[in-house]
Amino acid sequence: MVNAIVKEAWTSRLGVILAVAGSAVGLGNFLRFPGLAAKYGSGAFMIAYFTSLLVLGISICWAEWTLGRYAGQKGFHSSPGIFHTLIRHPMGKFIGVLGVIIPVVIYMYYVYIEAWVAGYAYYFLFTDKLSLGGDVAAYKEFWIKYIGANENGFLLSDGGQVIWFLLAVFVVNFIVIFRGLARGIEFFCRWAMPALILLALVVLVRVLTLGTPNPDLPEQSLINGLGFMWNPGHVGDQLLNPELWLAAAGQIFFSLSVGFGVIITYASYLTDKDDVVLSGLTASSANEFCEVALGGMITVPAAFVFLGAAGLAGQGTFGLGFQVLPLVFSQMPVGWLFGGMFFFLLFLAAITSSLSMLQPGIAFMEEGLGLTRKQSVALLGLLTSIGCLFVVYFSKDIKALDTLDFWVGTVCIFIMATVIIVYFGWVMGIERGWREAHKGADIRIPGFFKIIMRYLSPLYLITIFALFVLFNVFGWNPQTGAFTPTSYVSDLVGEHPNDVARMSVALIVVIIVFFLMLIAQAGKRWDGQAADRKKGGGS
Amino acid sequence: MSTGGWITMILSVGFVVTMFGWSMGKVLFGKEPSEKLHSLDSIDTRDTNGE
Repeated sequence: MVNAIVKEAWTSRLGVILAVAGSAVGLGNFLRFPGLAAKYGSGAFMIAYFTSLLVLGISICWAEWTLGRYAGQKGFHSSPGIFHTLIRHPMGKFIGVLGVIIPVVIYMYYVYIEAWVAGYAYYFLFTDKLSLGGDVAAYKEFWIKYIGANENGFLLSDGGQVIWFLLAVFVVNFIVIFRGLARGIEFFCRWAMPALILLALVVLVRVLTLGTPNPDLPEQSLINGLGFMWNPGHVGDQLLNPELWLAAAGQIFFSLSVGFGVIITYASYLTDKDDVVLSGLTASSANEFCEVALGGMITVPAAFVFLGAAGLAGQGTFGLGFQVLPLVFSQMPVGWLFGGMFFFLLFLAAITSSLSMLQPGIAFMEEGLGLTRKQSVALLGLLTSIGCLFVVYFSKDIKALDTLDFWVGTVCIFIMATVIIVYFGWVMGIERGWREAHKGADIRIPGFFKIIMRYLSPLYLITIFALFVLFNVFGWNPQTGAFTPTSYVSDLVGEHPNDVARMSVALIVVIIVFFLMLIAQAGKRWDGQAADRKKGGGS
Repeated sequence: MSTGGWITMILSVGFVVTMFGWSMGKVLFGKEPSEKLHSLDSIDTRDTNGE
């Protein structure tokens, strides 16, 4: 036995599947996916989307489940510990820093968004604050004021109501995480995930029975709304658009939470008698069900029915979620109830994701620094509170949130996922990885996935990452061939740098350095433990 | 809504519903009970259960 102290474990297979599915299902399923599918023409988009699901999503997911369980058998449950055992080199554990800082930093801003949806659910159910009429501008104005996007430091002003919701969701997150893996996360996800799906089905039925609410505008019917979402467009031409492939792959990638540091940590609490193949597939398919069958049928069709195509034009994830949809629900009969249900299901989707972001940090502090759970929760609580206050204070144009999301919530995840799939296919070796994945497996992975996981997944991932850098860092315009660095670059090194963006990147660097120092300390502890075992002749 | 739209919607939604239904069915009604895991049942967080 590697660690003398019995640590945590899942208590049921369904529990771990629901916990992983809960981690994956988030706001993007209901707000981002439908917007992208409608924007790019769903016929071509869904081809690219399902291709990415096969090549990127499920493949990396299986690799991550397998590597996590493999390292968990060696007694490690945190990303640095897992890479310490996977890469037998003194530097190996430092690669695992990504698996800690990604979820920790994302939590710092994600919990803030979670507070937004909690607030909207409360406002719909218990107040008439979101009965703002039929003009989307009123909802935009409300949202901007609500989150303080007009000015930095709104926290100190009178209007910072969202702070109370933030405080509440922060406390709930840490109470659940304090209760541990099984009694906290697993218990919570076992009721939250079925409740989320049930609520979504009720809202879906309401949307599908909307008909044509305004007889004066017969073109704004549900059928036309579904058509706006699902009509395929010019599939051949659209498939040649690299931005479509980037959007589809990115949606699959971030929606399934691969490369996040969460799946690898969750799977480390399983033994090699436990299945990971069917469990990984089930968790992924639960995410896809919520995204395509629920998210794809609710959001855009409902918005179209009340606003038409013009009202949806140019709306991003936040615009759709916090400006368009509140208007839609406020115009609907019994809209307070359906709006409340919708935002409460978004809250459940968000909290099951944010909970998963805390466990990798807790696991590292427990096994790397030898802290008790109470100490780990306190330390992580302090750290994430500081980061969250930074995001909340620098709320103007949500610049801090956006900068952290770009560099950590996107770029670092690409890097982490590449490390995982390359390790699985090339360092561990596909044959050994294959055998490892099938230990205790209930189903077999089709043989052609060997080729996908060894060759196609890394190649596809690196290609998508290169496209991402071209478009989102260097600002490549494929029509003109010109490069105009995006704001993510010009905010840092341009002629007119943005102080908040610079401070956000500085915060990321400080967090990385801080965790690298902790990992160095943890390495000494693990080496000491290994030496003690050797001396004692233990296994 | 065009015929292509119906086909895209039915294929997309049908695929994810089938995949989810099949895998959940295997988990819930397969040879291994969904409530069973081989990992340790006991939870010891060292400081939250009265130790």
